[in-house]
Amino acid sequence: MLVAENITKKFSGVTALDNVCLELHAGKVNAILGENGAGKSTLMKILSGVYPDYEGRVILKGSQVNFSNPKEAQLAGIAIIHQELNLVPHLSITENIFLGRELSNNWGMLDGKSMRAKAQELLDRLKLDIDADTLIGDLKVGQQQVVEIAKALLTDCEVIIMDEPTSAISESEVEVLFEIIHSLRRENKAVVYISHKLDELFKIADRYIVLRDGCTVESGDMQGMTHDALIRKMVGRELKVLKKGAKSTESKSLLSVRNISLKHAENAKRLVVKDVSFNINKGEILGIFGLMGAGRTELLETIFGLHDQNSSGHIVLEEKAVQFSSPAQAMQAGIALVPEDRKKDGLVLGLDVKTNISLTTLDHLQNYGWISSAKELQLVKRYIDLLQIKTPSVYQAAKNLSGGNQQKIVLAKCLSNQPKILMLDEPTRGIDINAKNEIYKLILNLAANGLGIIMVSSELPEILAISDRVLVMSEGSITAEFTAAEAAEDKILKAAIPKTL
Amino acid sequence: MSLSKYRPYLVKFQPLIALFVLCVALSLLSDKFMTVDNGWNVMRQISVNICIAVGMTLVVLTSGIDLSVGSVLALCGAITAGLLKNGIEIPAGNLFIGFTVLGAIVAGLLAGSLIGAFNGWTITRFKVPPFVATLAMLTIARGLTLLWTKGFPISVLGDHFGYIGTDWLVGIPVPVWISAIVVIAAVVITGKTPLGRYIYAIGGNENAARLSGININKVKIIVYSLAGALAAVGGLIVTSRLDSAQPNAGTSYELDAIAAVVIGGTSLSGGRGSIWGTVLGAVIIGVLNNGLVLLNVSPFWQQVVKGLVILLAVIIDKANAKNE
Repeated sequence: MLVAENITKKFSGVTALDNVCLELHAGKVNAILGENGAGKSTLMKILSGVYPDYEGRVILKGSQVNFSNPKEAQLAGIAIIHQELNLVPHLSITENIFLGRELSNNWGMLDGKSMRAKAQELLDRLKLDIDADTLIGDLKVGQQQVVEIAKALLTDCEVIIMDEPTSAISESEVEVLFEIIHSLRRENKAVVYISHKLDELFKIADRYIVLRDGCTVESGDMQGMTHDALIRKMVGRELKVLKKGAKSTESKSLLSVRNISLKHAENAKRLVVKDVSFNINKGEILGIFGLMGAGRTELLETIFGLHDQNSSGHIVLEEKAVQFSSPAQAMQAGIALVPEDRKKDGLVLGLDVKTNISLTTLDHLQNYGWISSAKELQLVKRYIDLLQIKTPSVYQAAKNLSGGNQQKIVLAKCLSNQPKILMLDEPTRGIDINAKNEIYKLILNLAANGLGIIMVSSELPEILAISDRVLVMSEGSITAEFTAAEAAEDKILKAAIPKTL
Repeated sequence: MSLSKYRPYLVKFQPLIALFVLCVALSLLSDKFMTVDNGWNVMRQISVNICIAVGMTLVVLTSGIDLSVGSVLALCGAITAGLLKNGIEIPAGNLFIGFTVLGAIVAGLLAGSLIGAFNGWTITRFKVPPFVATLAMLTIARGLTLLWTKGFPISVLGDHFGYIGTDWLVGIPVPVWISAIVVIAAVVITGKTPLGRYIYAIGGNENAARLSGININKVKIIVYSLAGALAAVGGLIVTSRLDSAQPNAGTSYELDAIAAVVIGGTSLSGGRGSIWGTVLGAVIIGVLNNGLVLLNVSPFWQQVVKGLVILLAVIIDKANAKNE
């Protein structure tokens, strides 16, 4: 049905996909597996026309295709249902299904009647017993998911890609979804099913394709596979990073977090972080592993005072109870956060290196209310040397530097405030291997100097390489804790995979 | 092409070059343009817009906007004029409070700052979009002006107060001194103080600024207060020059200020721009207005030309950003 050959895709120097091959069969449900960052989403975005530039060939029913936008892919028969729902809440089901491809009559006016009839027909086919005039905002999330599928089915598609379709829906809704998938299979469509929930895959998938580090590892029939074998295929790789030497951490408790919970911003009944408690000592590196959506980032943000309104729990810093209602207070107390998305949350891209680094410490760089250029340059140069930031000058705009150097600027910004606790959220995402190793060395150094370090990562090798202790999060809770000696890839991944189905 | 080598300089000094070309053209077209008298005339005319536009620049740099400055100008001018002329009478306490010139001026400036702070408060506390919050204040402040003046001008305010708008100091008109001080203070604030850094950082990336421990709300409230205070300064100059507080003073001045900011190269999405750019923008608008008057162009056409210049400035700015 659809064959992808030798697909390679690079993002500003970083290889996301490396010679990936993929074969989708009609009338089969094809599961795509892989850790975060393995390249699943990138591959799907290429197939669905979101990324038009790549190397390699995509062949659909025998002829090569190259989509320059999602609409072309749709017309060619490839539909994608994204992880996040792409519906307009204030429009009706019919209007959403026909968004961008409305039917009109001979007068050029919208043909509401036929659109409504067609929409209702689709809903009936998907066994959603709801009027097509209902507003999307009034539907439950699972029902919205069905509307997304209806949208995909409107054009006569051959390939349907579902990216984590069950991440937001309840068990009974999952059953309905599976029935729909079964009927799609009977209609001889090729279904691509991406999910972290292995149990689901065993229920629904016919074939599997495992991606790891941007390469295809293996593909084959689901029949006869076991849980553990799949997990091994997903992680099985050698460690590329330095292993830290045995180090005794001081047993002095630096930060203690008790019963942290965080409510979902829109749905107060859902907890994004559930009753999380942990301790961290001086000089300790605590690794926190979890899959996408496990609540890792939200946990760090809550500690950092970003979710004052929706969170509960206690934080004890150096034997003093503290409560932060803003990042400013957290930083004053000696906590720093290197955010997950450096471009969105870490840097002011249009400003220069110097300004970005000194942004957190301007209060200490003043003479009578004026910024002292001399003090500022001294500080900035010190951190540029310390972190080996490669920049033509301190006046270079941050947006012109490579990902690794940008990440170092964010680190410099956090460190210049002399924190006691450094929280790192995916500190090496999207940067090259050399910069990664430099950052690992730096983290080990900082810990040796007594900083407490919390590192959230979805890259197992780096968690294993530098953590003294590993916590695993899944669906908002901590599901396992390992010492460096006990930690192993398969055990960690097992604890990270959500249990609910 | 050999021009490409000079491109960065051409881009950097674009507004300056535009101003230069404009001046040369106008001096060729009218012999009254390049005279000392006319020069002071233009500078005096634009001093009010410069004060307002400097405040507007600070707001726009944080990726906000302040539509209320014209009305705030009128209200603060009227408050100062009213206090100066009539003082406050409190019949219940049989109390009368008279105001000196200085007292009335301080009261006017304070009123401007407080209105600005109120704008900042509604924007940060209730997340009202700046456009809406200050649009509301535009009509509120205008209404308050009409209430305070009962719809009539407050005139004949005395020579002491008239000094601000009409007198000269060391060969330079007082309003020009005032606007120069405002500009220099703003240049220092944006370039040399933490507040200035925070303004650029918030406009450039509010998330990153928050996570860097910057108190976003405080900075925004300060910025809107400054914009309000500077509108009040403009109100003092206008009122003093006319020796009268007009209830409809300053109508649509916010548009001239925004035009100066935009022509000066400050990005309306925030984080990029400068006070000097805005000053140049204000001068360009002032020279253009003056030149069109000297050339006897109808005032109706003047508005059309001004609009086209704004459009042109932004189109050029976008093209530059693309080529960068």
